[in-house]
Amino acid sequence: MKSLNEFVALFAEQFDETDASEITASTNYHDLDEWSSLIALSVIAMVDEEFDVALKGDDVKNSRTVEDLFNRVIAKQ
Amino acid sequence: MAIVTYKGVGISALSACVPSRKIDNYHYGLDIWSESEVKKVVDKIGVKERRFVDERTCASDLCFAAAERLFRDNDIDRREIDLLVFLSQTPDYRMPATSILLQNRLGLETSTMAFDISLGCSGFINGLGIIYGLLQSGGYRKALLLDGETRSKVYSRKDRREAFIFGDAGIAALIESDEKYGTSSFSFNSDGSRGNLIMIPGGGYRNMSSIETLTEKVVDEYGNIRCDENGYMNGADVFNFVIEEVPKDIKRLIEVTGSDIQKMDYYVFHQANAFINNYIAKKMKLSRERIPWTIQKFGNTSSVSIPLTIVSELKDKMKGKKKLMLSAFGVGMAWATAIVPFVDCQISDIVEI
Repeated sequence: MKSLNEFVALFAEQFDETDASEITASTNYHDLDEWSSLIALSVIAMVDEEFDVALKGDDVKNSRTVEDLFNRVIAKQ
Repeated sequence: MAIVTYKGVGISALSACVPSRKIDNYHYGLDIWSESEVKKVVDKIGVKERRFVDERTCASDLCFAAAERLFRDNDIDRREIDLLVFLSQTPDYRMPATSILLQNRLGLETSTMAFDISLGCSGFINGLGIIYGLLQSGGYRKALLLDGETRSKVYSRKDRREAFIFGDAGIAALIESDEKYGTSSFSFNSDGSRGNLIMIPGGGYRNMSSIETLTEKVVDEYGNIRCDENGYMNGADVFNFVIEEVPKDIKRLIEVTGSDIQKMDYYVFHQANAFINNYIAKKMKLSRERIPWTIQKFGNTSSVSIPLTIVSELKDKMKGKKKLMLSAFGVGMAWATAIVPFVDCQISDIVEI
């Protein structure tokens, strides 16, 4: 099973313009300038590929921090 | 578990028509969004260009032009067509059915059975399955499947989530009985619990057309604008649906029919957007050389995208016997997979009007 740190790194890879150093487990990703429905699609694809979990739109919308989202992924595994 | 097989029916000829008006997506909507915002969307969905009809042209007109071309190229006797199906969610009128009007326009006999099928992205495979079943029953000589969409008339150009994806096109497929085609297998699925993922909520009989349904509103925190008679799409949940259902359905049909997925000549997917299509190709570990693409030049043309992709990309590659796997998914939500043999299918050049 992947750790929270690995999840944060994979999450950060989905951004083009936001430096990985700006994204930590406690980052509220909705506040990032680059966050958009397009990035959300990449995150859903990454989670499917790495965790074999199919996230719904609400999972991504209602989680606040990267760690919240990680916990949802783990709960769905 | 609707897995169905038919024997001795196939597509003998195929033609397509697109509007001549090209939309250059990198330069679309620049009055609303910045160049960099547009570029991000276009790069992600991979639709560089698509075609739009003018206000007066309907899906039926695109299909009509494609059908005339098909008749001419294949020297078809129109009196032999006993069945005409028009597949679209952008018909000419709420009534009568567009297929009936096309019977007359195309000069077919009044003894033709004609009806419309109202399905979106998944529809071509359903249309084929229905016609294959009717033809296998033996009473019909030739059937014509006309599949057309003018999605440019459906979506708001001020709603970024749908404004860049869809294009217009129509096709005509001639379907006949002949032993040479062998067995075709289909898997059909429907899930109305996901009915609100892609929808035009207003203008039907549940929420009838009114000033309210026609009033544009800001619909989200990004400032996207549309009215209830425009279509909308919940992109994240549509993608969730694709992840959950499409690979599973493909695997199931392959398994039930005892096929080898690596032995298909071509895999033709509904052209949803490049992001989704790349995802499926990667997930299913399919050879990219055998997956034709048209998303970059015609966009998502809903149910038309599979046959349009065959006409556009496989025209000179369909000599002899070819086994195609078709996979389509979308509004409904509905999805279908098929393994369909083609034998010397006559493919016309794309008509532009």
